Amino acid sequence: MKPFLIPQSISALVSLLPQYPHAVIFTRAVNLALNDRLRDEVWQPLHGKRVCIRVKDAGIAFHFTLDAHGMLARHAVSRPDLTISASAQDFFLLALRKEDPDTLFFSRRLLMEGDTELGLLVKNTLDAMELPPLDFHALLPAHLLGRLRTRLLA
Amino acid sequence: MQPEKIELVCPAGSLPALKTAIDHGADCVYMGFRDDTNARNFTGLNFSFDNAKEGVRYAHAKGRKVLLALNTYPQADGWQRWRTAIDNAAELGMDAVILADPGLMQYAAKTHPELRLHLSVQGSATNYEAINFYHEMFGIRRAVVPRVLALAQVEQLMAGTPVEIELFGFGGLCVMVEGRCALSSYATGDSPNTRGVCSPPKAVRWQETPKGLESRLNGILIDRYDPEEKAGYPTLCKGRFDVEGETYYAIEEPTSLNTLELLPKLMNMGIAAIKIEGRQRSPAYVEQVTRVWRQAIDSCRRDTQSFTVKPAWMAELGKVSEGQQQTLGAYYRPWK
Repeated sequence: MKPFLIPQSISALVSLLPQYPHAVIFTRAVNLALNDRLRDEVWQPLHGKRVCIRVKDAGIAFHFTLDAHGMLARHAVSRPDLTISASAQDFFLLALRKEDPDTLFFSRRLLMEGDTELGLLVKNTLDAMELPPLDFHALLPAHLLGRLRTRLLA
Repeated sequence: MQPEKIELVCPAGSLPALKTAIDHGADCVYMGFRDDTNARNFTGLNFSFDNAKEGVRYAHAKGRKVLLALNTYPQADGWQRWRTAIDNAAELGMDAVILADPGLMQYAAKTHPELRLHLSVQGSATNYEAINFYHEMFGIRRAVVPRVLALAQVEQLMAGTPVEIELFGFGGLCVMVEGRCALSSYATGDSPNTRGVCSPPKAVRWQETPKGLESRLNGILIDRYDPEEKAGYPTLCKGRFDVEGETYYAIEEPTSLNTLELLPKLMNMGIAAIKIEGRQRSPAYVEQVTRVWRQAIDSCRRDTQSFTVKPAWMAELGKVSEGQQQTLGAYYRPWK
């Protein structure tokens, strides 16, 4: 299968938009999707570290940190502790457990810069979760609304 | 002699990987605990006692086996840790433990005589005298033989021992000074046989630079890739180095072993099991590789004579291979 890439003309436009709001939406979505699974103490080494997810073909970079309550959007810094870069499609395949990160790395579709040990912790902890990080069933609108409601009422 | 069944032994670095392997046709899975008692000692990888318990339950419920890799050499300050790992393996009902260190074999044989012992590839036994020694001394029932032997040599070795033989069928290759490699300790102070890692992640750095993607181990530049070039694991043995003005893979090229086409031969030889490398890989890899090998083994068992390797299998395995290239390794060399 030939990897799908977002056309350059679109990514050039997107990259001109402010990045922080993307990061806010991204972190909210991840917090909802992973719910309590981000509160596990195995994530502790990542707390306070500056992490950047770079969607190469979309021209977007999400900057965030993690703490005991979940992910927090942050403004961009020039040297994050960990940067993970791939195309939108490849991030999607990884989240669905359809593709192996080492496979993507060997073919230069995935890159991890900065603290490799933190990166490996992220990869292995996501792998060890019973359900794939992106579980379509959990992302059905009814489920998400239900979770949002529980959280707002809590 | 043809065995009743050739076992497919698949890697599990996590519970989802273990379940994936079982669900896609592994006869056995092998795993390690979350410490330096195994040779894939990576952050966040491997099994806690409770995870391992659930893994054993899942596998046994489906009639499959679980093997535990305790394949590093205990260090002076950690003997208790390795011993506890053996005790835990016995308590968990592991179907076998894969050991390299004779001290550990003796402890296991004396303390848990019912625990089945396999000789790890890290034990580096390349002849039947060595294998028989482990068999007579500690009751080793199966040996995983190093990947330096040609098939004719494996055949000769099998004729001289009652011990079952397990061969590597697929996965990343190393320079295969198995059980004796200390190369990475020159750069990092750690080595696979003492700490369970060739390249400890804390020492690995990748960086995009104007000259290309650089891969460094403890600050030492070990490779630089052009934009379209395939990459490999950041180990010293697979780096490209400047040797008298010429830069090349001075030790070995990143590549994966793939012995699919030798399957009929391996079955006819009476090999007990085929091992798939890759406990460090994700469930996606385990699924892809297990599925292909299950199909190939079933197809070969139905009819060894007319077995042919499907191009789709090779393409699937090629995709997940290190450096995205494959070799038959030493198995198929004409010289000995």
